Amino acid sequence: MELDPLLLSRIQFAFVVCFHAIFPVFTIGLASFIAVLETLSFKTGNPLWQQLSKFWIQVFAVVFGMGVVSGIVMSFQFGTNWSNFAYATANFLGPVLSYEVVTAFFLEAAFLGVLLFGRDKVPQGVHLFAAIMVATGTFISSFWILSANSLMQTPAGLELRDGMYYVASWSEALFTASFGYRFLHMALASFLTAALVVAGVSAWFVLQKREFDANRKALSIALWMLLLLAPLQAVVGDFHGLNTLKHQPMKVAAMEGNWETREGVPLLLFAIPDKEQQQNHFELGIPKLASFILTHDWNGTVPGLKEVPVEEQPPVFIVFWSFRVMVGLGLLMIAVGVWGLVLRPGGRYYRSVAFLQTLRLMSISPFLAVLAGWVVTETGRAPWLIYGQMTHAQGLTPSLTGGMALFTLIGYVVVYSLVFSSGVYYLLKVFRGGLEKANAPHEMDEVERPMRPFSAAHASLEGDK
Amino acid sequence: MAQPFDLTLIWAGIIAFGVMMYVLMDGFDLGQGILFPFAPTEHHRDVMMNSVAPVWDGNETWLVLGGAGLLAAFPLVYAVFLPALYIGVFLLLAGLIFRGVAFEFRFKAKTSRYLWNWAFAGGSIVASFAQGAVVGAYIQGFATENFRYVGGALDWLTPFTVITGLGLVAGYALLGATWLIMKSEGEVQQWAYKIAPRLLLAVLVVFAVISVYTPFVDARVMSRWFDSFSLLWILPVLAMYCAWVIYSSLKQKREGTPFVATMGLFLFTYLGLLGSKWPYMVPPNYTLWDAASDYSSQLFLLLGFLFVIPIVLAYTAWTYWVFRGKVKQGGYH
Ligand code: HDD
Ligand code: HEM
Ligand code: HEM
Repeated sequence: MELDPLLLSRIQFAFVVCFHAIFPVFTIGLASFIAVLETLSFKTGNPLWQQLSKFWIQVFAVVFGMGVVSGIVMSFQFGTNWSNFAYATANFLGPVLSYEVVTAFFLEAAFLGVLLFGRDKVPQGVHLFAAIMVATGTFISSFWILSANSLMQTPAGLELRDGMYYVASWSEALFTASFGYRFLHMALASFLTAALVVAGVSAWFVLQKREFDANRKALSIALWMLLLLAPLQAVVGDFHGLNTLKHQPMKVAAMEGNWETREGVPLLLFAIPDKEQQQNHFELGIPKLASFILTHDWNGTVPGLKEVPVEEQPPVFIVFWSFRVMVGLGLLMIAVGVWGLVLRPGGRYYRSVAFLQTLRLMSISPFLAVLAGWVVTETGRAPWLIYGQMTHAQGLTPSLTGGMALFTLIGYVVVYSLVFSSGVYYLLKVFRGGLEKANAPHEMDEVERPMRPFSAAHASLEGDK
Repeated sequence: MAQPFDLTLIWAGIIAFGVMMYVLMDGFDLGQGILFPFAPTEHHRDVMMNSVAPVWDGNETWLVLGGAGLLAAFPLVYAVFLPALYIGVFLLLAGLIFRGVAFEFRFKAKTSRYLWNWAFAGGSIVASFAQGAVVGAYIQGFATENFRYVGGALDWLTPFTVITGLGLVAGYALLGATWLIMKSEGEVQQWAYKIAPRLLLAVLVVFAVISVYTPFVDARVMSRWFDSFSLLWILPVLAMYCAWVIYSSLKQKREGTPFVATMGLFLFTYLGLLGSKWPYMVPPNYTLWDAASDYSSQLFLLLGFLFVIPIVLAYTAWTYWVFRGKVKQGGYH
């Protein structure tokens, strides 16, 4: 069997970027949460805020460490597997990625040390400032990288000459049509991730009656966030989709599983899209709703996949179902947020065991939604790498063979599995240690040393000491 | 657009500087990993790791910057080197990952500590070897056509690149040992004094082999050095002088000089290499002007760099200042 370097590279890229994406989406939200806790602590002087902050900083340190390690790989992926793409877009992509390093990564590195280890060494105000700077850094990082991604979705501001792109207008290239929506949607996704993880972990502590007062406060904040942000995310997502309809109609056609361009398209709840036969099996839908959502007219016309040749259609099945996973989880989040509000009077939200257990389960939902969302965005762009301009096949490294790609794909899977399992194992220990351990006065034993993300966490890797 | 300055030259300078920064800074902490298996006791290893723990992370950010900076200023280098060195790049990244997590986990581990020792040592050695092989591959040149790499997956792996790979492993070990002399005391320092001269010898042997070999690998280099007497000869002379300083300062048990002189040895060798290859950025076919990105992109990034890089350097210097002095038993407290 002939190994296909294109397919293997796509699998590899999808794997490493999804692996990476899990961490930033959490650190971005968590950094802001910590900044809020530090601000509350600074303003009110209530020791509970500081206890919470100490605990969540430990979690942050571990996740951030994993984000850095996996991120280093990302910055070389473009060159190793997609060198034609990297070369053609270098005039834009190069400066953008470089700016990300100098404006975000160095900033984060600079203030991370103070945030993790400086609590007793610098005045509280400086410590708070460090927390805010780290949070800012994560947003600056998202700005650059999402700008790069949005350009691939909705290219603008570039000129193609002799196979190379030249930047005609930096402002147009940095702020393309989809950038604003993507940035907002991603920022909300990060906040939702932080809110749901904090809610889940706090619920677990509350169930165990551990550090009840502090954890109940954290739970309460997280639930307000959820209640507010989950519906907002749906609204932003809707606008995002309308914008996509305008610029990438085939992606929307795939999300809706719509083959023919026609009026009064139903919103499909279930279907098995079949690209070979160019139709759906087992359709179940609400009549005309998709037309209404997308065009705000019950009889509006929605483009269908058959407008383009089969080779230019994205993998419909994947896009269709990933989209339903994301939206489904989004609706679930709204429901849980409302449930929390209903339980609010009389403080039943921290007494109802069913609710607390649900929150525990929900803490993985944002990660699933984020990955599903990225799969919609990225797979829905297929076969284009730069929408309408450069295909995956054109962007591939010409000298790459199937064997080479397979070798590194297996390599990354093995390396990441080892790293990830150690990381998760350690994170669970930090959770088990809870606020008590994070706040225990501990003499620094010989295994501690400063300035490293993980050494901010005090659990040991094995055993309970 | 009018081009009042040749930004390509400025960028060549910035990238050359960045690479040198990376080599010197990550070099001594990779060196700790290379020396790890040879350390007599676990206590030695604690001190070794502690001596670089606060700074290695920042050091590696320079590598990320190097990658992104190359893409921005000399995309051809990025788009030829990475495909040509595909397998090597993977080994480099895998090495750095294992090393990175070993830093994090070794201090937390008790019974599994030996595993993290191996992850740290193995990761460092593989990463250093891969970097040395990159240098060798650069000297050899790449099979290119129409601005694309057209060679095979393992073209870079030749006896010559194996030698340069081993050479860099030895060189980083020497940097690591002299760094340790500066940062430690007592038995750890004694041990470092003992191994440093042997490492120096290994480095000199490899350098000699490379110097003899290089002109035969690349005829252009041959003519540059031997056709007429050139000022370039001052660089190997200075490098040899540094080697002598390392040797004598080790004998006199000086603490800072060996490290500084080793950095000098690296610097002059590096300049010699650049001098041999100038102005070829992707040998044998493309010069730095062929490899450069568009003027407006170079300018766009340069403006930001001029503003941000000084701040980054100041912060870096500050970190080293905070963690100055000897590593005491059990690390910085
Ligand atoms: C929306 C956010 C986001 C997205 C889509 C990406 N990243 Fe990321 N990345 C971050 C947000 C982030 C971050 C929050 O800024 C991280 C997480 C942990 C950290 O250190 O910074 C980070 C770390 C990180 C690092 C390590 C930085 C360091 O050394 O400190 C690199 C090199 C990259 N990323 C590169 C990439 C590339 C090439 C991506 C494109 C596919 C990418 N990231 C997607
Ligand atoms: C961090 C969040 C991201 C996730 C989870 C993600 C996910 C994915 C997935 C699943 C694919 C595979 C699509 C397919 O081949 O069917 C893909 C492709 C791709 N993405 Fe992303 N992506 C992310 C961010 C980015 C960014 C920021 C960029 C560019 C700046 C980018 C560039 C690409 C490229 C070049 C491909 C083509 C390679 C391929 O098809 O696998 N991605 N991404
Ligand atoms: C509830 C209703 C939601 C709607 C209507 C919605 C809509 C969309 C649409 C249309 C896209 C694709 C945009 C494009 O590719 O052009 C998208 C992408 C995405 N979604 Fe959602 N979404 C919803 C909920 C969520 C939730 C709850 C999360 C995570 C917590 C999430 C995370 C993402 C991410 C990470 C992407 C990829 C990045 C991007 O293109 O913005 N979404 N969403």
